[in-house]
Amino acid sequence: MSDNHKPELDQISGVETTGHEWDGLKELNNPLPRWWLYTFYACIVWAIGYWVVYPSWPMVSSYATGVLGDSQRANALAAYDAGIAERAGIGDQLVAASFEDIRTTPNLLEFASANGRAAFGDNCAPCHGSGAIGSPGYPNLQDDNWIWGGTVDDIHTTLLYGIRSDHDEARFGDMPAFGTDELLTREEISQVASYVASKTGLEPEEGVDLAAGETLYVDNCAACHGEDLKGMIEVGAPNLTSATYLYGKSVDAIKAQIYSPRNGVMPAWEARLDPATIKSLAVYVHSFGGGQ
Amino acid sequence: MSADTEATQAEHAEEWFASAKKIYPMAVKGTFRRIKWAILFITLGIYYFLPFIRFDRGPNAPDQAVLVDLAGRRGYFFFIEIWPQEVYYITGLLIIAAVALFLMNAVAGRVWCGYLCPQTVWTDLFLYVERKIEGDRRARMALDRAPWTAGKVGRRAAKHFFWLMIAWWTGGAWVLYFSDAPTLVYNLATFQAPFSAYLWIAILTATTYLLAGFMREQVCIYMCPWPRIQAALTDEKALNVTYKWDRGEPRGSLKQNKALELKGLPAGDCVDCHQCVHVCPTGVDIRKGTQLDCIQCGLCIDACDNVMEKVGKPTGLIGYDTDENIERRIEGKESVYEIVRVRTVIYAAVIALVGGIMLFALLTRDFAGINVLHDRNPIFVTQTDGSIRNGYTVRLLNKRNHERNFMLHVEGMPAGTSVEAVGIDTTFAGRPIIEVGADTTREVRVLVNSPAGVKMPKSTEIVFRLTESVMGEVVTADDYFKAP
Repeated sequence: MSDNHKPELDQISGVETTGHEWDGLKELNNPLPRWWLYTFYACIVWAIGYWVVYPSWPMVSSYATGVLGDSQRANALAAYDAGIAERAGIGDQLVAASFEDIRTTPNLLEFASANGRAAFGDNCAPCHGSGAIGSPGYPNLQDDNWIWGGTVDDIHTTLLYGIRSDHDEARFGDMPAFGTDELLTREEISQVASYVASKTGLEPEEGVDLAAGETLYVDNCAACHGEDLKGMIEVGAPNLTSATYLYGKSVDAIKAQIYSPRNGVMPAWEARLDPATIKSLAVYVHSFGGGQ
Repeated sequence: MSADTEATQAEHAEEWFASAKKIYPMAVKGTFRRIKWAILFITLGIYYFLPFIRFDRGPNAPDQAVLVDLAGRRGYFFFIEIWPQEVYYITGLLIIAAVALFLMNAVAGRVWCGYLCPQTVWTDLFLYVERKIEGDRRARMALDRAPWTAGKVGRRAAKHFFWLMIAWWTGGAWVLYFSDAPTLVYNLATFQAPFSAYLWIAILTATTYLLAGFMREQVCIYMCPWPRIQAALTDEKALNVTYKWDRGEPRGSLKQNKALELKGLPAGDCVDCHQCVHVCPTGVDIRKGTQLDCIQCGLCIDACDNVMEKVGKPTGLIGYDTDENIERRIEGKESVYEIVRVRTVIYAAVIALVGGIMLFALLTRDFAGINVLHDRNPIFVTQTDGSIRNGYTVRLLNKRNHERNFMLHVEGMPAGTSVEAVGIDTTFAGRPIIEVGADTTREVRVLVNSPAGVKMPKSTEIVFRLTESVMGEVVTADDYFKAP
């Protein structure tokens, strides 16, 4: 800095300039208001206090925890535990209550619905879909087509013990393998499939003897599916007049299911989920609108 | 600028900050001072006592005339009740407030700053307290210089005590707008009030004490954006507190100017007594013209008028006047004031328009409402009999203070369509009757099922029509029925 450096003074205001010039404009070097400067210093002091009190300094393998030892992770876990503890009481009430009580008690219904929604996403959505509409082989839970019954109690039973699961109480409905076990010939399967198709709004195969198909149906199928084709919930025999079929609705799909049927498995959840959650799921699934 | 302040400034010339120059506004009597006292009385009276005014809304509603019920998500203003989604009324008020500021500025300068702004009003009140305890300008300056005697400590302590009491009452009144005032006062006094109430009282006590006691004109000069904006809003036809330099200059003492007059030289009316500067709450010299620091409170008008009366000259050397009039007088023309100008007309029209829209919206406000949300997953469900079901989440709003029943009807669907509101068994001609509690909303799941055997198009426009059972009030919402 040379000795002859002198700050330039603005002619009009008498204030020192910064010495910079932009297109003829010069910036005045007005001093800061004192209160502003002190506020700034106070912020710096505050920041130092913050460093000391809260975690801020990274270390080699961990970090300085700060005087308060505050941790967002610990706070979140504590809040989670508090939530679990809070839910325990209402969960017991839910287990004790009947489904009719749950339906008419707003706080139980609200809790069961919310709990059921969360549990459905975690446990059921992989097969039944996030919207509960299923996919071929995995039942649609939104519609009114219930192979094992659509009352809330039926749904609860299905959830607890499963279908064709390894649970002792599991329900079994075995569609015989008419083709692979050589109970019917291919032609007979064609006839009976076309007969079923003709009763449920599908086009039967051309040139197939429907009268023979009817006879075959009465002899082999009506015991479970009923003479009116409406099925039987007790043995899990689907309603064949329905607009929706679990394994697809076409003559070919019907034939495939007669020849070598698929028998899907619903796992038993009794050992996997707590009773309150299973009850919540039953309420939630029933609330989709298709329940009976 | 006095000689000793100049010396102090020179001393600090090399420093990084400038300490605020303390201002000691002098007491003054006059028309504008009386106007300011009246406004202070009215505005603070409204602020401090409004929460205690009762307004009967019948059962199921609070009886406080002005209440912001954050927990219940309602705003009450006498006969008006606002729900959170109707916050556009507040938007309308803010637009009117902004344009009203513009209009004030175009008509008579910084009326807001000088008379109505809370910063001005509370500072005025604090100054009154200061003056009553420590004396007027000269006494306060002397007290600042005086050593710390018991008398000085006593006066200072008394001043800060009263300031803090006013500040505390200010914070206390604020929280009363957010809860039932008498109950909250009782709870505050018995230490049963929620922590947030005490916290807000503490915060507002601190801000009032600091802003009105210490920051004062610094707030107007350094913090507030409005002085900057108003500089762009005023024009040569707007009334502003103006020193009529055409009449006042050349200024000089009474004696000097007499001598000039005798010599036949021009002599102004300003006697250079500095009274206008001494009474100014922001410490400006109005004779330098309209400036950012001037809040246009009119106290210098009173001060100057008093002096002019004493020296036997016409009053109004400082007064509300326009730049244009000064030019006109110099040219020897009459003073004029045009209040009806393009900008005042436009501002007034905007205020009338926004006010009209708000009034219309208020008068035609629905007391019922319906919001419909179509299920996103699944969009539709095929039933066993081939019919199609669509699910909707329907929210019904009842803005009346009593329970009401609404009949839900879905229009645009073929005959034989069933409409079910889940959990609601009451129906009339197949249409669900839904009960909604007083001043609340209810969410129901509605299932619309097309008749079996009817092939539905991919998308059908439908209308959810809600009819109130007693008054027949109708609200509708449009939606779609989707099919494969």
